[in-house]
Amino acid sequence: MKYTSQAVAKPYFIGAMGLFVAQVLFGLIMGLQYVIGDFLFPHIPFNVARMVHTNALIVWLLMGFMGSAYYLVPEEAETELHSPKLALILFWVFLIAAALTVIGYLAVPYATLARITGNDLLPTMGREFLEQPTITKIGIVIVALGFLYNLSMTFLKGRKTAINTVLMIGLWGLAIFFLFSFYNPHNLVKDKFYWWWVVHLWVEGVWELILGAILAFVLIKVTGVDREVIEKWLYVIITLALVSGMVGTGHHYFWIGAPEFWQWWGSVFSALEPVPFFAMTLFAFNMVNRRRREHPNRAATLWALGTGVMAFLGAGVWGFLHTLAPVNFYTHGTQITAAHGHMAFYGAYVMVVITMISYSMPLMRGRAANSNKAQVVEMWAFWLMTVAMVFITLFLTAAGILQVWLQRVSDTPLGFMATQDQISLFYWMREVAGVVFLIGVVTYLVSFFIKGEERAA
Amino acid sequence: MSSTFTTSAARNIFYGGAVFSFLLFLALTFRTEQVLPQRDQRAQLDNPQVVAGKRIWENNNCIGCHTLLGEGAYFAPELGNVYKRRGPDFIKAWIKGQPTGVPGRRQMPQFNLTEQELDDMVAFLKYASEINTAKWPPNIEG
Repeated sequence: MKYTSQAVAKPYFIGAMGLFVAQVLFGLIMGLQYVIGDFLFPHIPFNVARMVHTNALIVWLLMGFMGSAYYLVPEEAETELHSPKLALILFWVFLIAAALTVIGYLAVPYATLARITGNDLLPTMGREFLEQPTITKIGIVIVALGFLYNLSMTFLKGRKTAINTVLMIGLWGLAIFFLFSFYNPHNLVKDKFYWWWVVHLWVEGVWELILGAILAFVLIKVTGVDREVIEKWLYVIITLALVSGMVGTGHHYFWIGAPEFWQWWGSVFSALEPVPFFAMTLFAFNMVNRRRREHPNRAATLWALGTGVMAFLGAGVWGFLHTLAPVNFYTHGTQITAAHGHMAFYGAYVMVVITMISYSMPLMRGRAANSNKAQVVEMWAFWLMTVAMVFITLFLTAAGILQVWLQRVSDTPLGFMATQDQISLFYWMREVAGVVFLIGVVTYLVSFFIKGEERAA
Repeated sequence: MSSTFTTSAARNIFYGGAVFSFLLFLALTFRTEQVLPQRDQRAQLDNPQVVAGKRIWENNNCIGCHTLLGEGAYFAPELGNVYKRRGPDFIKAWIKGQPTGVPGRRQMPQFNLTEQELDDMVAFLKYASEINTAKWPPNIEG
């Protein structure tokens, strides 16, 4: 760690890990409800568990991005953070707002939460992933503005590299596109159309800039390859990401009432979306192969390579599987979508945040890398989580294919629930894989507490 | 990558590509807004029941279990075409009858909607079912 103010990243990473655990626990609850329908009903209905599962994911990834940015920007800019104090205050504001929101989800019926938070004044609730009360959304905007102010001031007074420039563009884009969450027209088609300006333009747009920048930063550090080379790769990857992903938004516009020209635009451009992820995989492996030093943190290198591969599989391959309009006609809104969502979020965003944590946390704790013993445990966690996620995805894909066949392709289609009964075996297997994933998460957390011989930073 | 391809060239391609893509996306969005009136049943929004029904849909987080035009959670049936599949009376009776309490079955909460609110919900689901979705879903089962 070159600047003391980079250490503000630490509470963000710890908070993120706490929410990660919550996310996975609620995921297991939902997975069980898929097969034991009345599990925990009426105390935790499925929709409540799902809100906690998805919202905890979004918030912990945002915390991970924020922590990463607080660590990365000062080091790249070669200057202390503008205000470490503001960063710490905003952390607590964010954490408390997130905790209160989750308590609200769990403690009262959603309609009550909507009423007491004054949703009718500015209705934004009740839309997938944007379920947060309007006041929470306003809180997110305030935290994001403070965060961007703090980092922009740091960026402006320091050195501007490709990496911190791309990261800042990504973070500003994240904040700007979130503003569309406040636009909720009565017109359902327009509601859905612009809802994707938050959701798609985040995960298949500006978040990829953040992902690319973090990955490039860690690869420079662990491989020692010339910045010049890495920055060129970064620009090429994010160009491919935006050129394919922006108009690729159209793959969500096939069946929601939008004009049918989107079937062409959406299919063609989103079919190219695997390309940037493939480039990312090549990038990570190439840089590690051309490494000029043996960095003692081998776990971080493993996570960086894993990010490339799993993002390509989850976002690239599993996305492509159902992105062409004639295929999507049958798969839209089935377990195929769930399969893709799980591996894409894990492979791209969960893994890149863990890559950054894995690289920076030892440095913030005063050593170049964790002890060999701790790293071995961390690598076990990598394999447990990653293999478990591969199986979760495969089982959901199998469930999805059967669902499509029984409910949509067949000449004598079954109803929704009759179909679900037919595919419950795959839901059981997914749940088992989910338990293995949880074991991986616990193993990962344990690795932070394993001592052993460490090299000083 | 070769030395003839410089970082500043890569950077310029990025900025150019990003701006071009965004403008193309905006142009397609502009065209969408022009075509939408023929497809999105906006005349039905003059009916206050449809607007009220959408609010009830949102305030009870229906999307947390169901899909609507294929978007949402995959735990419970598609409701974009439920008006055509089941009809208004069944929808109201179903919502009123929850939860079924059948052991081991997926349960829908009781939302305590008034008769007026049930009618609003039905009006909203009727509106949703008449949006032109390019013939999706493939069959009535959703």
